[in-house]
Parts: sequence; C-alpha cells; structure tokens
Amino acid sequence: MQEIVIDNAAAKKYKRKVFIAFIIFIILIASAVTAWRWLYYHQKDGGLFGGVQTPLRQVLNTNERLFSFTFNPDKKVKEYPKEYAVRHVKVNGDAGMSTDFFDPAKWKLQVVKSNGDTLLVTLDEIKKLPKTDVVFNFKCIEGWSQITWWSGVRFVDFAEHYGLDKEAQMKYVGMKTPDEEYFVGIDMPSVMQPQTILCYEMNGKTLPMDQGYPLRLIIPVKYGVKHIKRIGTIFFDNNKPPDYWALRGYDYYTGH
Amino acid sequence: MPVKIIKKHSLATIWMHWINFPTLTIMIWSGMLIYWANDVYEVKLFGYSIVKFFPEWFYKFFHISHRLSEGMAFHFTFMWLFFANGLFYVLYTIFSGEWKYLIPEKAAIKESWQVVLHDMGLRKHAPAFIKYNAAQRIAYSMIVIMGFGSIITGLAIYKPVQFDWITFICGGYEAARLEHFILTVGYVLFFIIHIMQVIRAGWNNFQAMVAGFEVIKENNSTKN
Repeated sequence: MQEIVIDNAAAKKYKRKVFIAFIIFIILIASAVTAWRWLYYHQKDGGLFGGVQTPLRQVLNTNERLFSFTFNPDKKVKEYPKEYAVRHVKVNGDAGMSTDFFDPAKWKLQVVKSNGDTLLVTLDEIKKLPKTDVVFNFKCIEGWSQITWWSGVRFVDFAEHYGLDKEAQMKYVGMKTPDEEYFVGIDMPSVMQPQTILCYEMNGKTLPMDQGYPLRLIIPVKYGVKHIKRIGTIFFDNNKPPDYWALRGYDYYTGH
Repeated sequence: MPVKIIKKHSLATIWMHWINFPTLTIMIWSGMLIYWANDVYEVKLFGYSIVKFFPEWFYKFFHISHRLSEGMAFHFTFMWLFFANGLFYVLYTIFSGEWKYLIPEKAAIKESWQVVLHDMGLRKHAPAFIKYNAAQRIAYSMIVIMGFGSIITGLAIYKPVQFDWITFICGGYEAARLEHFILTVGYVLFFIIHIMQVIRAGWNNFQAMVAGFEVIKENNSTKN
C-alpha cells in the first residue's frame, strides 16, 4: 500500500490509466463469456464417449491418466464386520435386468479368450472356487453410500483358475448382460485388485433377481455404475470397451 | 486541488481475484447439478424442516434437475483452475509479503465487532486500519482456509480409497460430502456479504480491484 499526492496535470494521466484498465477489463469479460459459450455449446462427443462436450471429455480422460498413477493395487478398500451391513440393499438401475427372455436354468458365463475361444462356465463351477466375502461402503455416483455384504470368487482367483494369463496382460476388461442392454469397460488393475469379486451371494444368501442373479460384479474401487449385474459375457481388450454410462456423458474411469 | 493516489492491489491480486470469481461460480453451479442426485441435506429444528436443500422451485429456477453427468464433467474440469488459482494466490501472498495485511491481528475479534457495528450504523467511527480492516482480515483469511478445505474434502469424496487418509481426516466419506456442501454454503454467504460491502464501499474501492489504485480528490488540501 502506497500513497502519493499529485497535482491536477498528473491526475489526468491516472484518469487515462483507469480508463484503459476498464477497457481491458471489459474485453476480458467478453473473452471469458465467449470462451464459456464455446465450451458450453461445444459439439458433444459421439461414439464410445458420448453425451459430453469433447473438451470436457478430454479433461476427464486426462484425469483418468493422472489418477491412474495414484492407483495402488495393494491399497485395500476399508472393510467392515458383517453386522454393519444393511439389510435392505438399495436397488438402482434396471438396464439389462429384464427377465422376459432370461432363462436362469440355461445361464452360463461366457468368457471370450484372446485366441477367440469362448469358455462356458456354470454357476456351480464358479461356486467351487475359493469364496471371498467383501463388506464395504458401496458408493453410488449419485452421492449415496451403503455398507453392504457380498460374497463370490475374487476375479484374480477366477483368472488364475481358468488360465487367463494372456488376457490379464491386456489393458481393459469388458462385461455385458446376456441381453447386451447393460455393459461396462474397466481398466485391468482395478479388476485385478484383490477385493474385486464375481459375486453370487448378498447378505449370505443367493443373489436376488434384481441384484443381478446369478452373477454380478463387485468392484469396491469403483462407483456402483461399474458393478454390473447379471454378467453374460466377459471379454478383454487393449482398447476401451464400450460403457453404458460413459456413453451417456459420465466419466469412463469412475475410480476411487 | 491536489489528488491523492492510493495504490491498493497488485496486478497479480487483480487477476487472481477475477479468475476466481467465475471459476468458483462454475464450481458451485456444477456442484449443485451433482448434489441434486442425492439431495438429502436439510436444517431441522425441533423435528421441523426449516431449510431444505433444495426446494423444487429452486431446481426449476436454475434448471438443475437431471444433469448429474454434466455437473461432474464441469466440476472435474474446473477444479483444476480453482486449485491452480488458489495455489498461486497462496504462494503469491506468502512471497510478496501481502500476508502481513491479511493475517488477523491480536485485537481482530474486538475490532471486527466494531467494524460490524459501524457498518450497521450503530457506531460512529470505524477502527483505523491499513488496507484491510479487522473484519476483512478475518473474512479474507477465512476464505483461503475454506478454499483449502474444499480441496481436501473434495479429494476425500473424489478418491476415498487412494487418498483414504484424507477421507479419514474428514471423518469419513459421508462426513466429507457434508463438509464440502457446508463450505459451499459458506461461499454463497460470503458472496452476498461481499457484494453488499462492495456496494457500500463505493466506486473507488471497486476501481481499485480493476485498475489497482484509488483516486481521492482532497478538498481540505491546505491541511496536508
């Protein structure tokens, strides 16, 4: 803070300075408004990552790359005792959940291998693999969360048992419901995180129909949108597989 | 008739102030688009809901409903600008020595009360000050701490697993979300008071936030 006393002649110079400052100020406001309009009305991304202005999508993808570096596969999501789990588990979303053409008796998990072969796995075969319980705070992208209890086989155990070593070297895992109405794409490190399970039980009982009977994904390092219910097919890719909510403008990574 | 020039704000302060204003506005707006998807907060007194965040007319008026994905996209883009600008401001304030005008002094609480009384017309004289009065010092220091709080609580919600220690400090995931929200309410209250004070302070004060200096014409010049 500095004070100076000047005469009338010098005051004119300062008047000019104020005038120029305000001209620049107005020009900058106009530029900011123009920049905002450019962004707000920008063409939305088509194809794989629809529903959001392309510059914003680029930032989201940059965020994904940046925060992938902070992803530590050894870092466990906090687990709770089973008594903490809520009895009434929220059901959110019914895409791919229609039972009109779904025959539980005929269901087999299809795993598409990198050589093109498709493995068919029954629920009984999956249940024979080591069982893991996960009780964690399930977080929805909407902002709510619930402590819930799920059981199934760790994806990493499943992959080892079925010799999916080559597939595990790839960058992404894609999953879709039998009717292909709902589908997710997830980065490999998150899928291989030891708390990610192919889940067939909730609260110690068989998975209910609306929670994705017979088999759903539980992946605690992601928002609920990636916890696909009623998995029909699992496949592997080095490119991002299509993702239901990413197509509708959401972030692809949605990782914690 | 001599004229007094009071150099008040540096160019850096001016830039950062005017970058922060629209950035914070976008953060608050996009934050509301996100909050809408799980709008559970309300202020209750004796079991009655006093304020609900937010009533239906509010959502309608600001076109907030069903825009979660859009809100997230804008929020996670402009967070970088908010963070960078805030960081530069803190660094600048430290290294330029501006912090000396900003950190509240010992008598800050007493003096700021006098400022409030004066502003409400209940006290004739406001306490003397350099650049910022006691109330301003408290408010402007507070807003920096709040900005820091928004980043911390924001990170706690954004990456609650990788930065679980931050989430822990905030008291958990749900607590962090509430804290993040309360801080935002704080910004809005700050904004309302700030605008009122700027109008009260008059043109010269506003001019200083654009041109950097105040111009004061002195009528009783002979005394100087």
